[in-house]
Amino acid sequence: MLLAILPFLMGFGLGNAWVRVLDFVLLYVLLAIGLNIVVGYAGLLDLGYIAFYALGAYLYAWLASPHFGLHLPFWLVLPLGAMLAGLFGVLLGAPTLRLRGDYLAIVTLGFGEIIRIFMNNLNAPFNLTNGPQGMNLIDPVSIAGFSFGKPLHVFGMTFPPTYFYYYLFLAFTLLAIFVALRLQDSRIGRAWAAIREDEIAAAAMGINTRNMKLLAFAMGATFGGLAGGLFAAFQGFISPESFNLWESILVLCMIVLGGMGNIPGVILGAVLLTVIPEALRYLGDLQRATLGHVAVDPADLRMLLFGVALVAMMLFRPAGLLPSHQRKREFAAEDGVAEQEQANLYDTRA
Amino acid sequence: MDIFAQQLVNGLVLGSIYALVALGYTMVYGILELINFAHGEVTMIGAMVALTVIGVLAGVAPDLPGVLVVLGGILVAIPACMLLAFGIEKIAYRPLRKAPRLAPLITAIGVSIILQNLAMLIWGRQYVSFPEILPTTKFEVFGAHISLLQIAIVVLALTIMACLWLLVERTRLGRAMRATAQSREVAELMGVNVDRVISATFIIGAAIAAIAGVMVSAYYGLAHYYMGFMLGLKAFSAAVLGGIGNIAGAMLGGLLLGVIEALGAGYIGDITGGFLGSHYQDVFAFFVLIGVLVFRPSGLLGERVANRA
Repeated sequence: MLLAILPFLMGFGLGNAWVRVLDFVLLYVLLAIGLNIVVGYAGLLDLGYIAFYALGAYLYAWLASPHFGLHLPFWLVLPLGAMLAGLFGVLLGAPTLRLRGDYLAIVTLGFGEIIRIFMNNLNAPFNLTNGPQGMNLIDPVSIAGFSFGKPLHVFGMTFPPTYFYYYLFLAFTLLAIFVALRLQDSRIGRAWAAIREDEIAAAAMGINTRNMKLLAFAMGATFGGLAGGLFAAFQGFISPESFNLWESILVLCMIVLGGMGNIPGVILGAVLLTVIPEALRYLGDLQRATLGHVAVDPADLRMLLFGVALVAMMLFRPAGLLPSHQRKREFAAEDGVAEQEQANLYDTRA
Repeated sequence: MDIFAQQLVNGLVLGSIYALVALGYTMVYGILELINFAHGEVTMIGAMVALTVIGVLAGVAPDLPGVLVVLGGILVAIPACMLLAFGIEKIAYRPLRKAPRLAPLITAIGVSIILQNLAMLIWGRQYVSFPEILPTTKFEVFGAHISLLQIAIVVLALTIMACLWLLVERTRLGRAMRATAQSREVAELMGVNVDRVISATFIIGAAIAAIAGVMVSAYYGLAHYYMGFMLGLKAFSAAVLGGIGNIAGAMLGGLLLGVIEALGAGYIGDITGGFLGSHYQDVFAFFVLIGVLVFRPSGLLGERVANRA
């Protein structure tokens, strides 16, 4: 109920810019849930997750913009983008499954950079991605003849497209949450947890670790591709700038900060880390109110305080804000055993 | 032949800088199994502090020879970075030593964001240029132009690596570091002050990073608040390439990555028939990295650990 009227509350209370922020919150929740499958469930540290987001977004732009003159419908393009991303997830996963923890992290990071650099440079010899300028005029979502691109006028009020996208994103996010929650306790989810805790033991119990890890990569990537397609339609413009390593790191921060492996925690992390930088935009007003003038440019101060917040939250809640039950237990356990378990949690070598 | 020789020289120079930064990553990783994301930023701060001092010195005493001015900059940057790294470890990493492994990674990212933005507030968004005070003599060897600065960078880097090698292999502190890396608990039982050893590791890494930062800014003639990010990324890749946690591996990985990158940038156009240009330099480096890791999952010199012994 609250979710249903939230954009109106925000829109009238804080201005329409905040409805846009809400849309981004939902996109990031979607991304965080996807990455949580890879990192939180299966314990595979992925630092190049944003590449899948980029793939989804670029596929949408290729198939629904004047760039190639194609204007395929939303319902066709979006699943295609998700599938493409999933395929790349398998392509990335297949050769790298033998790698442990941090080696895997650096390979995924390299993969993310490779995708971004290609996006940045593939405007020659043939113009595939339009290079650093990015692609614009991407078709907005259109359902049953109703285009999301134009504002709607009813009862003397004007609702910008951000409102429609809110409900669209909300639907996808709820779907993703549902899928993620069902996965968690399913046979697959338990297999992932087993692999995360101890890969050798999991294999000994008859789990096909290779297929399960590939599945985690593919599932996570599919969510990323889906979010990417939505992002492209929502923005109407994409460029390689939106898909740099910092974005991958930001999404990772969301899930670790919120409480890895625990869906409510992941959602909380995504909400916090999207809203905090936006809220910090008010620093300029705050300075004017207290000091009478703007001493430091709020844009410069914003990221600084974001970094401080990140460090502080992690120091006070090292297991995340809402840790999963399992990890909470491990924290409460007596030192010796708990420590050993912690050490093993993300390190299959131990 | 000239292009090859020239790119080889450029690669070796760049590679020795990567290797120096990579040492900081690999030493910390060897002991704590922590990716010290802020290390690239420490390098950047080193470059910035040194540049400020160099600017002041060059203004106050214009007659001083350029080498001395730069030396002055380095001598201020080293303690500044050491202090910084000591503080970072104490505040952001030590309290989380028993936390899950990804927690200190997040604080490392936070610290890195903080340092970047602090640097932006202090030194501004624009590039800070390195004053032209160093001699620009060039030699020609095998058709490649080599400047005095390039020689100085490589020689200094090799010297530092040799010193570090001696420190780790021959001194008491080095032995304590190796012991801590093998097993923190046992080292502690043997009377090693583990906290002190970890602090020392961070401080030594930071001192080397400060020198590397000055080298980069002298080599490219500029410094920027964002420079630490890509440099750190490359250096970390180099450390992984060589086998993370392994000091010789970091040196090898750094040199190799620098050479591969330079040669790749020089030849990628020819190899692909003009399809890919030199702006794919970074892609080349990452492809090699992925290729190496697929065939040698623990890096070139990394010890092969059985999955669970």
